[in-house]
Amino acid sequence: MNIGWYLTVSAIIFCIGAGGVLVRRNPLVVLLCLELMLNAANLALVAFARMWGNEDGQVFALIVMVVAACEVTVGLGLVVAIYRRRLPIDVDELNELQG
Amino acid sequence: MVFTAIIFFLAAIGAITGAFGVVLLRNPFYSVLALAVHLVSLAALFLLLRAEFVAAAQVIVYAGAVMVLYVFVVAYVGAGEQLASGGVLRVLGPLFALALAIELCIAMLGAGLAGVNSKGAAYVPGFGSPRSIGELFLTKFLFPFEAASILLLVAAVGAVVLARRRRGLEPDEQFERQVSVPRPAWTGTMAEAGGLTMPAHADERTYVEGEPVATPGSDRPNQEGGW
Amino acid sequence: MSATTFGWLVLACPLVGSILIGFGYARWPGRLAGWLATLAIGLSFVFSVIVLVKLLGMSSDHRQLTSSLWDYDVSAGVDAKLQILVDPLSVFMILVVSGVSTLIHLYSVSYMTLDRGYSRYFSYLNYFVFSMLLLVLAGNFVLLIVGWAFVGAASYLLISFWYRRTTATRAGIKAFVINVVGDVGLVIATFIIFQHTGTVQFLPVFHAVPHTFVHNGAPIVVACLLLLVGAFAKSAQVPLHTWLPDAMEGPTPVSALIHAATMVTAGVYLIARMHVLFEWGPTAADVGAIGGCLTLVIAATVALVMTDIKRVIAYSTMSQIGYMIMGVCVGAYSAGLFHLMTHAFFKALLFMAAGSIIGAMAGDQSLDHMGGFRKALPFTLICFLVGGLALSGMPPFSGWLSKDDIIGFLDHRGGGFEILGIVGYVGALLTGIYTFRMIFRAFWGEPCEEARELEHGHLHHADVPRNPMTGEEEDTDVGFPGPGHFIAERELPMKIAMGALAVLALVGGLVQVPGIDDAVTRFLEPTFADSKYVHVEVSAGPAWLGLVIGALIAIAGVTIAYRIWVLKPGTSLRIRERFSGAYVFLWHKWYFDEIIDFAIVRPTLWTGRVVATTFERGVITGVVTDGTTSVVRAGSAAVRRAQTGFLRYYAALMIVCVFGVALYFLVSST
Repeated sequence: MNIGWYLTVSAIIFCIGAGGVLVRRNPLVVLLCLELMLNAANLALVAFARMWGNEDGQVFALIVMVVAACEVTVGLGLVVAIYRRRLPIDVDELNELQG
Repeated sequence: MVFTAIIFFLAAIGAITGAFGVVLLRNPFYSVLALAVHLVSLAALFLLLRAEFVAAAQVIVYAGAVMVLYVFVVAYVGAGEQLASGGVLRVLGPLFALALAIELCIAMLGAGLAGVNSKGAAYVPGFGSPRSIGELFLTKFLFPFEAASILLLVAAVGAVVLARRRRGLEPDEQFERQVSVPRPAWTGTMAEAGGLTMPAHADERTYVEGEPVATPGSDRPNQEGGW
Repeated sequence: MSATTFGWLVLACPLVGSILIGFGYARWPGRLAGWLATLAIGLSFVFSVIVLVKLLGMSSDHRQLTSSLWDYDVSAGVDAKLQILVDPLSVFMILVVSGVSTLIHLYSVSYMTLDRGYSRYFSYLNYFVFSMLLLVLAGNFVLLIVGWAFVGAASYLLISFWYRRTTATRAGIKAFVINVVGDVGLVIATFIIFQHTGTVQFLPVFHAVPHTFVHNGAPIVVACLLLLVGAFAKSAQVPLHTWLPDAMEGPTPVSALIHAATMVTAGVYLIARMHVLFEWGPTAADVGAIGGCLTLVIAATVALVMTDIKRVIAYSTMSQIGYMIMGVCVGAYSAGLFHLMTHAFFKALLFMAAGSIIGAMAGDQSLDHMGGFRKALPFTLICFLVGGLALSGMPPFSGWLSKDDIIGFLDHRGGGFEILGIVGYVGALLTGIYTFRMIFRAFWGEPCEEARELEHGHLHHADVPRNPMTGEEEDTDVGFPGPGHFIAERELPMKIAMGALAVLALVGGLVQVPGIDDAVTRFLEPTFADSKYVHVEVSAGPAWLGLVIGALIAIAGVTIAYRIWVLKPGTSLRIRERFSGAYVFLWHKWYFDEIIDFAIVRPTLWTGRVVATTFERGVITGVVTDGTTSVVRAGSAAVRRAQTGFLRYYAALMIVCVFGVALYFLVSST
């Protein structure tokens, strides 16, 4: 297949993830949508690695995966801590940092 | 060739369906499952792109470990109420996403880049194999490799610290009562002052006349380990 | 050491004295501060004499010396250095100032005893002498203005010396405000002169005036008129004279020094120094002469009805300075300055004697309460008589020679100035009358209570200290005015000072007897060499004629006063009833205070109040400060609305911006 097809798929998945971040209110689901966006980026990286013929893109994608894992860890830790404080699990309610 | 195309389309449809599922399914547990489907489809796409190691890592690490972590947390936190997404972003959100998608597609397909239209560079055996990835990690990308390791360490420590059980942070009935004493207008958080939210537990105000009002923190239970 | 070095020493002594006494004000025991101050001024006088000797040792062409210490205000074309000009005029002035000041300091040593502000008084007095010396020694306009301002400040400090008295502080403020009006005139005049001549130093300016100004053109006349404003304010001439009678609130030695002998003569000095400018703009000089003449006669008439003894002498000062201003404005420079010198002697003497009799009256200054002190205060009586005769112009006292020097010159110049001369004679007659009215009322007639007490050797003390002007009870717990009352008969320093001045008032005029010697004119000639009147000399014949007329008028004045107040007591009451309208008019000092209050003070206060309420509140506070703050506040409120705290809105914003960036790259790549 053309590399372009892979990139299109990546773009679509990225935008679905972005839409999900904007629409959903449960922080867990927001984090899931973030995962979608990261995966879309991974796909694009690997596609470009295939296009150029060297594995730098794949290495990059692996590092992205590491970062995504860390971010999920910390994010879920936060969600757990919020749940423990009996605060509502809703990104619209957690808005203390406002002017 | 045809075989590749069929696999491609199947995997693509799987990925996109999974993505939609994550976004649209109400129950967060189902969203997690949809994401797992998406991840596996993405692994198939990676295989088509001759990135064997990445595909394997995707399945093992992502679908295997990260999703399990998610499942645990969703189970702990619970499904949550069915929150209706509010405000104008309910309409505008998808709109923005759609606009971005169209634009990116135009950018990629209409660009006319030679590489994009090709099927990729010539295949070299060993491309994408663990051996070549390992070589790169230990020579050219050594520093990112080490930095990523430290990042993992930091994240692990941070997660433990964040989510540990700390006595005194759970809602404490007596402490809550002391804290939710009627306060003057200029104390409290800015949101409360601006009237955007009610003071914490205002409806549970159980202030009893004559009871001594202790200053917040004076009666805190002793915390082990500081903090 | 050159003359100019001694000139700097003349300035340094009172300054050092003032600072020393000021810093140790709480520590000087007894009367040490007074003796220190007198010593400082005495040294200054000695140095002035040395300067005089050195100056006389030089040839007459080389008698204008300048010396500058450092650049004071040299920038942007202005070349003001810390510079003194030692020439005959300034030496004359420093001799008079430091000499009379020494005697007045000596007098004050005993007069101000037991006053809690003793050290403060002497510090201020030394500071005043320093400022006056700076004024007359200044070598450029900037330093002149500095000295001018310092003198005004010292006058304010000393008038409101007993600052717990409301009348005193009000008088101080009045004096200061009117002085500031003069300062403004002086500064603007300096600017005009600088604008035309490009320099502020005196000698270059005087050389440049004929080349840079049009003779009698608008700029020079305006500049000279503004200089006159300054001179009139400082010398208390009509219409800027209302501060001088009120300035009698200060202690009597202050009145003697500042408001008789030195500060009020600063205006005369100014006009004499700027004679080149005034001769180049004769219109202004004529205005000045007319102003001086008017003051002369107005002040003399008011002095006729005043009952406060110090105010009589104050109006007398005003009148005599009118003579001096008239003199220097029409070209009689040496005559005017000669009168300045003799006036310093006899006026200071009169004030000192007045202080003595006020001491006998325990602070009461009203002539209505005084009477018959002839036996009780013999020395004071002699001083009053000497001073009074000199003031009236009786031969052979000094006032006779100096006053008629001026009038003789006026007659000599002829034309309209003859009228001024005749008015001068009228003023002389009035001078004789009011002076001896004062003396006869105080010393002749039935002895009053205080006089009788004093004849038995007991100095009267008031039960309750009272404000001499308003009669209200005063709270002297603060320590001043002091509880001591001093009369000359009992205090040696006072006697010495008054005696010295009495001798000078008697013989001081002999330096310039027409036809015999003209020491003053010859001494001052180098300064006035560039004047067109320098060679105008009244010949001996007309001069002696004028002197004879003057003497006759003086005798007439004394006789009239004698007749009204001594021979036929009750005549004055009858005259007052007959001319009651005129009496009331004169009693209210020609209503100058009321006119100025109505025309200037009230509109200014009203404007201030209106501006404070409307403009200040509406525009400045409302528009400028509140306006800018409200704009800022509204702007920040608008911006603040972006900080919602909603995660999703932030994310939406990010998506939109990514869209924008991608669009930019997309468009720019095509």
